[in-house]
Amino acid sequence: MTDIVVVGTGPAGLRATETLVKAGLRPVVIDESWAVGGQIYRQPPLSLARPPKQLYGADARRAVAAHGRFDALRGCVDHRPDSFVWGVREGALDIVSRDLCTTVPWQRLILATGATDRVLPFAGWTLSGVYSLGGAQVALKGQAAAIGRQIVLLGTGPLLYLVAYQYAKAGVAVAAVLDTAPFSGQIRALPGLLLGGSTFLRGLSYLCWLRARGIAMHTGVEPLAALSDTRGSVRALRWKDARGEEHDTPCDAIGFGYGLRSETQLADLLGLEFAFDTRQRQWLPRQDEQGRASHPGIYLAGDGARVMGAAIAELAGERAACALLVDLGRTDCQARLQGLAKRIRRADRFRDALDNVAFPFPHQHIARAADDVMICRCEGITVGALRSASRTHGARELNRAKALSRTGMGRCQGRVCGAATAEILAAELRVGIEQVGRFRGQAPVKPISLAALAGGAAG
Amino acid sequence: MGEPPQLRAQFQRVAGPERRRIPCILDGQAITAYAGETILTAVLANRTTLRRFEFGPASRSGFCVMGACQDCWIALENGRRVRACSTLVEPDMRIVTAFDRAAGDADGEHADD
Repeated sequence: MTDIVVVGTGPAGLRATETLVKAGLRPVVIDESWAVGGQIYRQPPLSLARPPKQLYGADARRAVAAHGRFDALRGCVDHRPDSFVWGVREGALDIVSRDLCTTVPWQRLILATGATDRVLPFAGWTLSGVYSLGGAQVALKGQAAAIGRQIVLLGTGPLLYLVAYQYAKAGVAVAAVLDTAPFSGQIRALPGLLLGGSTFLRGLSYLCWLRARGIAMHTGVEPLAALSDTRGSVRALRWKDARGEEHDTPCDAIGFGYGLRSETQLADLLGLEFAFDTRQRQWLPRQDEQGRASHPGIYLAGDGARVMGAAIAELAGERAACALLVDLGRTDCQARLQGLAKRIRRADRFRDALDNVAFPFPHQHIARAADDVMICRCEGITVGALRSASRTHGARELNRAKALSRTGMGRCQGRVCGAATAEILAAELRVGIEQVGRFRGQAPVKPISLAALAGGAAG
Repeated sequence: MGEPPQLRAQFQRVAGPERRRIPCILDGQAITAYAGETILTAVLANRTTLRRFEFGPASRSGFCVMGACQDCWIALENGRRVRACSTLVEPDMRIVTAFDRAAGDADGEHADD
């Protein structure tokens, strides 16, 4: 009996699981959360439940269907909720669940670890009340709590408009929706965006809904600073509009983010080959057209390997499972596998339009950041200290810069600061971002207690 | 919105059906939390900040709310370290918002929020 493990239960992990179960296999399904769904299909605790349309907007049908399909096959999988994979090596995963450590054997592994917000620091971004866009969404969706009473939403990407829509629909005052992407880019991207079909139309509908309600929306924006009240909480966002004029928008919370970044720590620990992805501006684990990683027996799916959105993640989860099945000798899955690979490949043009043209990552902003802006929020390190690591001490890549400045040494292990650190270093050295490398990963990939490590039984 | 806006609170609970209350203690004071809420939500629905930053004179209130940024680690009164955004409140939980208080040290040298 082959030990098959799926890590993650977002759109990709769920589809992978279903595909394996339909083929008669019984995978171990490991989920950090207490309920399946990942982030996009996150289920609130039962006590905080709300109608699906309220929770998921236009994704409601998909989300409910995904949850339902998993519920139907619960008895057919070895489900480990509330379990975090903190380490991995050949043949074994190290997990911690409720402060107890155990080991899960694997012979075939599907990594569907998802993504988190990609952020760029600006003055005051660590003030109380400033959250990532995804964080703002999780608070509302998962906890039935708005991050504040009067919110500014800032950044770029489809998530910006989705979160704005969800907040406004929930009756929260949205003071402004500020997109760093220039409007001209969004027009130019239209032909490519139309390839996204219903995904694109949904995004457009959020935008129209917000406009119809007179919510202030601006494009071509640059954030300047989150301003503090007397108690260290945000009271306004200072920003520059497309014409270069400065504005202060009063608020008691900000949600911001510029697209997503893949969670690749487990792929890194496994020693998989990585390649720099120019569209995502991130080092990602190499995958072939069918979702196989560089090491046999390991498959990659969803935003955790490459950010393509929820709909594609579902296809990628199924594709990874099909590749696994084919590799186990199930040649009947070959045709399906090829069909999925083709559909996913076709999505590239839409993503190019979305990520490169409509909602580009404004990395040029961070190169202009003042020295006193905080880059590493874990350790409180400034942009100036990071620049000095290269300017004064000659660091030419991220790990050296980390050793010298402490940026990336904190608990988040570079999840929050990694993208910006690479951009700052590359700008400082005047080299392409792919030249400055990536943070080396280490287990545990998130903090775990020594008590858990010491007391946990093996197996 | 469900409850009248909490002026001295960051998070604002949105309207919903009746929820089961979970009694807990925050910095020695009884607060109301609801079943299904994380410690982060429970604290921020009653306060404007979560904790003091270890390396500077500032307060933090979490950031990613999804267990990635690790900015919401606090200690309970019994010393147990928890990541507030991914730990559910339990009845009679005793939460503190300053690291030094849990360890029993005198309040630190950092400036007041």
